[in-house]
Amino acid sequence: MGWFAKYFPNAVTMKSDFIQATGETLYMTAITAIIAGILGMAIGIGLIVTQPGGILENRIVYNILDKFVNLFRSIPFVILLAIIAPVTRIIVGTAIGTTAAIVPLVIGSAPFYARQIQNALAEVDHGVIEAAESVGSGPIAIIFRVYLKEGLADIIRSSVLTLISLIDLTAMAGAIGGGGLGNLAVNIGYNRFQTDVIFLAMLIILVIVFIIQLVGDWLARRVDHTA
Amino acid sequence: MTNEAIIQLKDIDVTFHNKGQTVEAVKKVSLTVNRGDIYGVVGYSGAGKSTLVRVINRLQKPTAGSVDVNGQDILALNSRDLRAARTKIGMIFQHFNLMDSRTIADNVDYPLKGGKLSRTERKEKVAHLLDLVGLTEKATDYPAQLSGGQKQRVAIARALANDPEILVSDEATSALDPKTTSAILELLKRLNKELGLTVVLITHEMEAVKEICNKVAVMEDGEIIERGDLVTIFSQPKQPLTKDFINTATQINQALEKIYRQASTLGLDDHHQLVQLQYVGATTDAPLITELYKRYEVVSNILYGNVEILQDTPLGNLIVVMTGEPDKLSTAWQYCQDAGITITHLKPKKPGVA
Repeated sequence: MGWFAKYFPNAVTMKSDFIQATGETLYMTAITAIIAGILGMAIGIGLIVTQPGGILENRIVYNILDKFVNLFRSIPFVILLAIIAPVTRIIVGTAIGTTAAIVPLVIGSAPFYARQIQNALAEVDHGVIEAAESVGSGPIAIIFRVYLKEGLADIIRSSVLTLISLIDLTAMAGAIGGGGLGNLAVNIGYNRFQTDVIFLAMLIILVIVFIIQLVGDWLARRVDHTA
Repeated sequence: MTNEAIIQLKDIDVTFHNKGQTVEAVKKVSLTVNRGDIYGVVGYSGAGKSTLVRVINRLQKPTAGSVDVNGQDILALNSRDLRAARTKIGMIFQHFNLMDSRTIADNVDYPLKGGKLSRTERKEKVAHLLDLVGLTEKATDYPAQLSGGQKQRVAIARALANDPEILVSDEATSALDPKTTSAILELLKRLNKELGLTVVLITHEMEAVKEICNKVAVMEDGEIIERGDLVTIFSQPKQPLTKDFINTATQINQALEKIYRQASTLGLDDHHQLVQLQYVGATTDAPLITELYKRYEVVSNILYGNVEILQDTPLGNLIVVMTGEPDKLSTAWQYCQDAGITITHLKPKKPGVA
């Protein structure tokens, strides 16, 4: 480990900090992914089925969902963090800390994921939906057995994209007290001019991103039978 | 074939409103299909035929009119009953519309999911359906590995999964090559015979209708302009569009075009007349030609001949140059007409004009 101590003189003494920060980043990412995943999936499906020409066409619901997604997608995340703080305090009890960061993370990423899901499901051939309707499938069957099944490869690809952008957001949330690798990089590495700490935090994030990308691509290839 | 109506569309209107524009896709169309029919609906794209047949299973809600399928008022059904009714109306499409993420067997199994059958019963049913369309060995393949004709066979098996009494074919052969088209049509005819399946066949190709339909309706601009049994429509078409479709199917148009192009070499005058003879049923051409010579000394030079077998009835077309004295020619034509042969006098357009 001699070379490590040479190139990372500060980081080498902060082993437990790095382990804790990595854990926090993974924790924020995982919990947010589950909550925002469910919310975003529901909104995305809602958008697809209520859109004009959809299987449960409903102009009012579609417009509400559409405007909601657009609204939250257009607020920069750093500003959202501050604006949402009172809501966070109501839900979590505090606006500071790793768990508190999950609230703005969910609000920041769910609309993004919803749009991704909508786009993925829009790729499902309308003719296939029509064929399912013609054999007597109802809306629930079409959503679960056609949309989610046929769109699975694209859903996986969108999920990977969302997860990676989510890790990006956790770093930002970390910078204002959420903990995690972002917090470590900025509050210790940047503020104390310990460049090696910034660099190591970045490397760990890159490794996490690469692993997500690799697993995602592999899964998407496995379920894709179009070629 | 019984005369019991299985599909009755009455005064169907379908009007689309799109960005301030109103399109009347179907106008006051009534159509009755009897049990066991293979009913062809022919027309160019945009004629409204697809929209019309989508009304049968309410994939398209008509603006006005009534839809009766198998004694059920389709427009009055709630969504649950409509779904049940749809299982009895199979449908196949131009682009097959198979699910790429499912194997062939799984695609065929799809309509059975959530139904009453147990897993093993479903498996048996899928195996039987794949056998019916001749794709048993492709069960574990994915649609992307199949040819167009094979995909359409899978779609047919899927459409038949819930034992429908009606199969609606929406341009199902339009994306296929002629040989595959014939094979698919052959399959539809077999299913019609073996299962008593009523087929509604939408197409823009009269060839497809000619091969398997017993009845045909011709659509133009949202209306049915002519309808009837196949042999009658083919032997006595009334509307110009119908004639056009038929002449294309029997290739008479192409033959005439070639003949007209060389009209000058035929040396047509009062003694040499270009006529088209058309006969339906048992009348045969060979004795006629010799008969005309023996009786009237009229020599017939055959330029084009074609016999279609429609519903086991031959329909013959001959294009001949008849040579003889003008008065003998007239009596010869009279003789033909008395024998039940339709005579059309053809006048080649002047070269350069055509």
